[in-house]
Amino acid sequence: IHFVLLISRQGKVRLTKWYSPYSQKERTKVIRELSGLILTRGPKLCNFVEWRGFKVVYKRYASLYFCMCIDQDDNELEVLEIIHHFVEILDRYFGSVCELDLIFNFHKAYYILDELLIAGELQESSKKTVARLIAAQDSLVEAAKEQASSLSTMISQATK
Amino acid sequence: MSSQGGFGQSKEFLDLVKSIGEARSKAEEDRIVLREVETLKRRIAEPEIPKRKLKEYILRLVYVEMLGHDASFGYIHAVKMTHDESLLLKRTGYLAVTLFLNEDHDLIILIVNTIQKDLKSDNYLVVCAALNAVCKLINEETIPAVLPQVVELLGHPKEAVRKKAVMALHRFYQRSSSSVTHLISNFRKKLCDNDPGVMGATLCPLFDLITIDVNSYKDLVVSFVNILKQVAERRLPKSYDYHQMPAPFIQIKLLKILSVLGNGDKQASEQMYTVLGDSMRKCDSTSNIGNAVLYECICCVSSLHPNPKLIESAADAISKFLKSDSHNLKYMGIDALGRLIKISPEIAEKHQLAVIDCLEDPDDTLKRKTFELLYKMTKSSNVEVIVDRMIDYMISINDNHYKTEIASRCVELGEQFAPSNQWFIQTMNKVFEHAGDLVNIKVAHNLMRLIAEGFGEDDDTADSQLRSSAVESYLRIIGEPKLPSAFLQVICWVLGEYGTADGRYSPSYITGKLCDVAEAHSSDDMVKAYAVTALMKIYSFEIAAGRKVEMLPECQSLIEEVSASHSTDLQQRAYELQAVIGLNAHAVGNIMPLDASCEDIEIDKSLSFLDNYVQQALEKGAQPYIPESERSGVLNISNFRSQDQHEASIHALRFEAYELPKPSLPSRTTPVTLASSTELVPVPEPSYPREVHQAASVPSLTDTGSSDLKLRLDGVQKKWGRSTYSSAPSTSNSDSHRTGNGATPDVVASVNSKAREVSYASRRSQVEISPEKQKLAASLFGGTTKPEKKQSSSGHKVSKTNSHATDKSHGAKGAISSETHAVSTTTLQPPPDLLDLGEPIITSNAPSVDPFKQLEGLLDLTQDTSVVNSGAAGATKAPDIMSLYAEMPTSGQSDSVANPLSSDIYDATLISGLSNATNRTSHGGNTIMQPTQLSKGPNPKGSLEKDALVRQLGVNPSSQNPNLFKDLLG
Repeated sequence: IHFVLLISRQGKVRLTKWYSPYSQKERTKVIRELSGLILTRGPKLCNFVEWRGFKVVYKRYASLYFCMCIDQDDNELEVLEIIHHFVEILDRYFGSVCELDLIFNFHKAYYILDELLIAGELQESSKKTVARLIAAQDSLVEAAKEQASSLSTMISQATK
Repeated sequence: MSSQGGFGQSKEFLDLVKSIGEARSKAEEDRIVLREVETLKRRIAEPEIPKRKLKEYILRLVYVEMLGHDASFGYIHAVKMTHDESLLLKRTGYLAVTLFLNEDHDLIILIVNTIQKDLKSDNYLVVCAALNAVCKLINEETIPAVLPQVVELLGHPKEAVRKKAVMALHRFYQRSSSSVTHLISNFRKKLCDNDPGVMGATLCPLFDLITIDVNSYKDLVVSFVNILKQVAERRLPKSYDYHQMPAPFIQIKLLKILSVLGNGDKQASEQMYTVLGDSMRKCDSTSNIGNAVLYECICCVSSLHPNPKLIESAADAISKFLKSDSHNLKYMGIDALGRLIKISPEIAEKHQLAVIDCLEDPDDTLKRKTFELLYKMTKSSNVEVIVDRMIDYMISINDNHYKTEIASRCVELGEQFAPSNQWFIQTMNKVFEHAGDLVNIKVAHNLMRLIAEGFGEDDDTADSQLRSSAVESYLRIIGEPKLPSAFLQVICWVLGEYGTADGRYSPSYITGKLCDVAEAHSSDDMVKAYAVTALMKIYSFEIAAGRKVEMLPECQSLIEEVSASHSTDLQQRAYELQAVIGLNAHAVGNIMPLDASCEDIEIDKSLSFLDNYVQQALEKGAQPYIPESERSGVLNISNFRSQDQHEASIHALRFEAYELPKPSLPSRTTPVTLASSTELVPVPEPSYPREVHQAASVPSLTDTGSSDLKLRLDGVQKKWGRSTYSSAPSTSNSDSHRTGNGATPDVVASVNSKAREVSYASRRSQVEISPEKQKLAASLFGGTTKPEKKQSSSGHKVSKTNSHATDKSHGAKGAISSETHAVSTTTLQPPPDLLDLGEPIITSNAPSVDPFKQLEGLLDLTQDTSVVNSGAAGATKAPDIMSLYAEMPTSGQSDSVANPLSSDIYDATLISGLSNATNRTSHGGNTIMQPTQLSKGPNPKGSLEKDALVRQLGVNPSSQNPNLFKDLLG
């Protein structure tokens, strides 16, 4: 997988992850080209687009398009399911995920994606494992937060 | 300030996101982002920012960068953040860094140290974060810095760490395979890891390794087959199931590996047949993922040693795909068909109608795929229909990338299967007319050569008929505006060479046309050059035939204009033309023999004809020539030279004044310099060996650059470039300007003329190969790309072409390796596997089975626990996975009975979900208050709340209809 893109129906970028090196300029160009290509496709057509010698697999969820760019000889259906897999994990994490969740918590979406894909390869296909890892990270974050807040209250108490 | 609306970000950030959401145009969005960038620049540079704030700034930077703006000023802060103690900040830092930086960014060096420290951390989450960064950021130079630690982590007690370590090693392998070659055995070991996640991750690097070197992994066939069997038998933990398929992603990966391992290896293939048949039968063809596995099975079957039963079931599956309503499945069906016809061409006939339907489909992607299939099934019987269709389609699209591809395919099919010369020329004309600038210029050269040689048949009348029909068609086309340059070159050349050959058109008519072309395209020097040369040819043919030549006034003015041109090449051509016209008939006939474009030119590489001259010069006291390598004073210069052969484009400093324009003209330059070089180093002299070098390296360039048309074109340049001078090597001053134009290829052609003859011969032989054979070749060579197919034709002449490849010195390595590749793939067909002889498969079985048993046992264990688990949860589990989400809380609770760990998560998420819900509603100020909301499933209330929140925030929803903003999975 060369990159993952999440674009809204208006062509706004919601999430990008690049596994192959692209310069900022190229990225913008890629996004523009692909959103032009994908957003105009009708609902009944197939979910694959050939593009610059690669294939882009996309899937629409509500108003969000999830796109992944793969090599010519990769299995498109598999990638389609990876997308779905990702969405299911997001769904489980956010509790009925919607576009807003991703807009405001894009960093969390990145963490989840990092657990699913590494360097463009699927690393974990078990939803439970991904969920467990993310939860562990989150709990740690929570703990750190609590610590910080208790520290600050202690400080504030001390300074009183 | 800190937490607003349950999103945990500051008001400012929310405002930013909001305003971008509201932006009506791209320009407005850009403005907002630029303003944000300014603020961030100011803020982030302030001293003593609280960490919390800094984290948010970094996230805002990420956001800005995501929207396509430059946030490089903040990179250093992200790097700093990775040094932070707290995991929260560290993680944010790593995330930002992985998103910002490329592997070759300067800041990487600052992170390596942190990564090293973090890899040693006690907290596995820190290690995970560091490994994530390792995968993205570590480049070739920094691999050694972290390698030992990553290897150590392969034995980490946490499976998540092991998994990431494997992936990191895989990444290292991709970056620089040499740095980890000694660690490859680790991948084999990790295949037997008792965590299926780690095992699944290990398949990725193994797949890469096996693709590169099949033979050293044949011993793993048994293991892979066993794993696949167990996966298909649902021995993996339930959590790997996906839509009721047992671990489909692992299955697909395994199938990919097996297809590589079994390719062309009968013995290995036989081991796979049963398990392949089983998993094919078990695939659930109603779900997407089931079809994905099925498709992978078909791919695997088509690459294994053929087994009729499997092929039959694959064909069945394909027909199911093709008959499906879903476009996705049709697409996959077409693709699978394309793969399978390589081993059993006859199945295509069954699906003719389905294929035609797909061709007519409005879906562009499907259409293209179908064209690809057609391209694969082209025979001489259907070539006309297919190529016509392709050209029609080519005209209708305007995507340049694909246009190029389809044009080159048309050309290739035309060359391979053309039923008649007439048809071929017409087709090529069409291709050139509509995609002339996109096709490889070599195609044009090829076309010229084909016209010149007349397809190599001995029948002269057919050839001349072909030529006159070509001339006729070009004269018709020539008036059209906006012809692509490459096509005009072809036209000019053909008109010059054969315009007057059959006597139907008068020289003045042709020359007039040529002048028109040159005038109409006055900005294109190439076309002009071709036109001028064509004029010269026509005039000299006339002179040689003893007729009086009258130059048209427009020609006269053209020549005058050109002789004052900025392009030296054009100038030279013009002066030559003038000089040639002044000569007598005999001399002209020698310079420009009629229809000699196909004759080979013998080049005397040792320049023996100069011996006399050199001798004379020496007698007169000239210094003897010292080869460049033996000259002491210019050692460094020659060093530089050899360097700039390799990196001519990079090297800015040149030690010679100018590129010498007459590399293949030793007859003139050498003696002159020898005579005058009494003082110091002869200047043009050393250029000669260098040019030869260059010439030798050029074929490799063109070879690798466009192997597409490699073989068939080898002879081309010589044909149109040198041809006419063939009989007059002594008057080689006319040579020079030719080399000035086509420069290096010309030299190549001459130096390697022997080699070329060989390849030429092989091309001939290829023309004679029947279409069936070519098909077979296509099936032998994987056919995924055309170049390989081309290789196949050269494969018939391997020994000869090989020897010719060695001729081409260093650059030819690529060619050789691909040749050997061809050899190795040819083993597909004949049963005695040449390459497998050295690989005893039996020996290595024993050790590999043992650890695998271990895995089996462990898998069983996990299976047991998961049975308990599912037993508890079973009561609440609905058949549909999606509805599972609706019941998540309950199932989570019942899960907790069996599995305390997972219950923790659910509780945690539940609670956070709850607090989120309350938070959102209270903030939303909406009348709907649902503090006791428990269900996390897709319920209308949840989305309503979110919608209310959206409006509160003012973020522009995707549409006015709130329903559209429902859950993604709804």
